[in-house]
Amino acid sequence: MTPLLQISGLHVEVEGREILRGLDLEIPLGETHAVMGPNGSGKSTLAHVIAGREGYEITRGVIRYGGEDVSELEPEERARKGVFLAFQYPVEIPGVNNTYFLKAAVNEIRKHRSQPELDAVDFLSLMRDRVKLLDFDEDLIKRPVNEGFSGGEKKRNEILQMTVLEPTLAVLDETDSGLDIDALRIVAEGVNRMRSPERSFLVITHYQRLLNHIVPDRVHVLQDGRIVESGGGDLALRLEAEGYGKPAAVPA
Amino acid sequence: MPEQQRTLGAAEVERLVEREYAYGFVTDIETERVPPGLSEDVIRLISEKKEEPQWLLDWRLRAYEIWQGMTEPNWAKVSYPRIDYDEISYYAAPKSAVADGPKSLDDIDPELRRTYEKLGIPLVEQQRLAGVAVDAVFDSVSVATTFKEKLAELGVIFCSFSEAVKEHPDLVRKYLGTVVPHTDNFFASLNSAVFSDGSFVYVPKGVRCPMELSTYFRINASETGQFERTLIIAEEGSYVSYLEGCTAPMRDENQLHAAVVELVALEDARIKYSTVQNWYPGDKNGVGGIYNFVTKRGKCAGARSHISWTQVETGSAITWKYPSCILLGDDSIGEFYSVALTANRQQADTGTKMIHIGKNTKSTIISKGISAGYGQNTYRGQVKVLPGAWNARNFSQCDSLLIGPDSGAHTVPYIDVANPDAQLEHEASTSRIGEDQLFYCRQRGIDPEEAVSLIVNGFARDVLSELPMEFAVEAQKLLGVSLEGAVG
Ligand SMILES: Nc1ncnc2c1ncn2[C@@H]1O[C@H](COP(=O)(O)OP(=O)(O)OP(=O)(O)O)[C@@H](O)[C@H]1O
Ligand SMILES: [Mg+2]
Repeated sequence: MTPLLQISGLHVEVEGREILRGLDLEIPLGETHAVMGPNGSGKSTLAHVIAGREGYEITRGVIRYGGEDVSELEPEERARKGVFLAFQYPVEIPGVNNTYFLKAAVNEIRKHRSQPELDAVDFLSLMRDRVKLLDFDEDLIKRPVNEGFSGGEKKRNEILQMTVLEPTLAVLDETDSGLDIDALRIVAEGVNRMRSPERSFLVITHYQRLLNHIVPDRVHVLQDGRIVESGGGDLALRLEAEGYGKPAAVPA
Repeated sequence: MPEQQRTLGAAEVERLVEREYAYGFVTDIETERVPPGLSEDVIRLISEKKEEPQWLLDWRLRAYEIWQGMTEPNWAKVSYPRIDYDEISYYAAPKSAVADGPKSLDDIDPELRRTYEKLGIPLVEQQRLAGVAVDAVFDSVSVATTFKEKLAELGVIFCSFSEAVKEHPDLVRKYLGTVVPHTDNFFASLNSAVFSDGSFVYVPKGVRCPMELSTYFRINASETGQFERTLIIAEEGSYVSYLEGCTAPMRDENQLHAAVVELVALEDARIKYSTVQNWYPGDKNGVGGIYNFVTKRGKCAGARSHISWTQVETGSAITWKYPSCILLGDDSIGEFYSVALTANRQQADTGTKMIHIGKNTKSTIISKGISAGYGQNTYRGQVKVLPGAWNARNFSQCDSLLIGPDSGAHTVPYIDVANPDAQLEHEASTSRIGEDQLFYCRQRGIDPEEAVSLIVNGFARDVLSELPMEFAVEAQKLLGVSLEGAVG
């Protein structure tokens, strides 16, 4: 079966600087993969380019999602096809109510899938259910999107959005950074509950600790713009003990 | 390390802010108009057409004399070619509306009725609009006022200004020019000389006006100016909420709209005045559009009186207006809530003056300027505290939102305090719609236009929430529509 996400030979430039340099990555449907790597190695760049952010220019290689080359698709088109990115730095949108925002998102996505839009009542009951599951502060859903949220609250809000939007591919960019111990457990449970044969996760993290909660099918090491090593969960343990060491020599 | 902020490029913005003006049609109707040019004779003619008393004609003529000695103000941060006041026609009215005097609602020219229907303002007293009374002003005349009788049962007078001059001359004479004198400024004096129609509201002592009163201004005729005059008087302990809306056809010429609005609130009275301004803004290159040069002022004459101005300014090529409050009564309150949006080549120079005279007077200023394309947006405001205004308080907040690299925002606050006891607070901010905000919305499946509209509405929320419910939705849509464009 074709993998849900299939990236091959990917080179990406940002502002004229090459960040990803021949990256290969495959995630079959239903699997959870972790990506680890030093600061500045290109993990967020990878996340953004999967989501289709402007300014991230693919100079070589291809990204296939569900077998389709999505390199030319707009971010909203990918989102509607089930790609979700939990941001490393979630963005504040002052004055826009969190619930209103999420309802707009859900209905945009449903509209493009020719599903009936959810009315206020149905949406609120969906929202309530997810809020309870994630032990999310009720007050936060009435406040403007991420405005004045603490670092941890922002990360939790990303996960709340994910559980409401129910994506097919969820990319979590350092969602664990900034979470307290309880929040980490709750978020991990939220993710685990969503794991299914119909859904894949790409979990970017610096800490092996998270992978005790969300046990990955595979772990990849991203260094210097490419995947330099892949393995099972024990790879994360080894990295934790030994560090990344010297980056592999990059051919010119 | 937060991700780098990339601002939106010119091309992206152009797609996002390209605007459709939905009200640009012209009504084909026989119009009676005074030939272009301004002179004593023209003023006499207008006064005669309106069958005005001598005192009002004299008042107009004095204003005209003063105006002739005045120069057009040039301190605002707006630029436009010189206006030739002799090329403007100062009076235009649909023939059907002026023949045989005022009409009942049933006798309105069907063409006019259709026009207002197209504008979303059906001139009928139907159930759906039971909470709103409408005065419809078309060019220089009022063509209909709904719910007049029902309001009259409570003693509330809601009619066109011309009718008020005829039916309630004493009230008009007592208050006209007491807040904005005929000598006030260039455009106010011009208005005093040539004003045509507008609305008149009188709320008697202790009455809480049970419905929203609103006036819908429509410019239709070409080469004309609209010079409306509105006067609202709230007697002791009364309350009224009033709203005005306005639109005009798309034309290559610029048309002048120089209105004067006066509000008087007596003891314990409250006036809530809201504006949703959507005059034709001109095209993408700045050709055409209305020059909206308006003087609006309220006098909190009595103790504990309260006047709030709320405005959503999305239209006009140029907006020049400063709805202000004279806080004369002790413990009186003045408020100004404003959203001004300028896209393409639009320019706005708008703000308020809060003049604290009485003791314990309070004022609040919330201004939200949004500039897109080559739009220029200036907040200009003054807080003045006179020596006798003990314990005066002001809070001002002026926020600007920039969309794209070529738009501009400017904040010009003047503070003039002559009482040692005054407490003033001023906050200001300027932000841009970041590429990061837009990407965040799009990553959640939301269209870029929808995203911009969402962000803009969020930015304007504190002001929109001051509008009466029925109009908040309308205004919210307008802010979205004003920025709408096809993304290629
Ligand atoms: N717009 C940009 N202009 C220039 N350089 C950029 C830009 N965006 C990213 N980079 C650079 O690309 C490299 C990879 O950044 P990226 O954010 O992908 O790293 P990361 O692996 O996510 O790091 P971290 O673990 O710190 O989150 C960094 O050196 C960063 O400075
Ligand atoms: Mg990162």
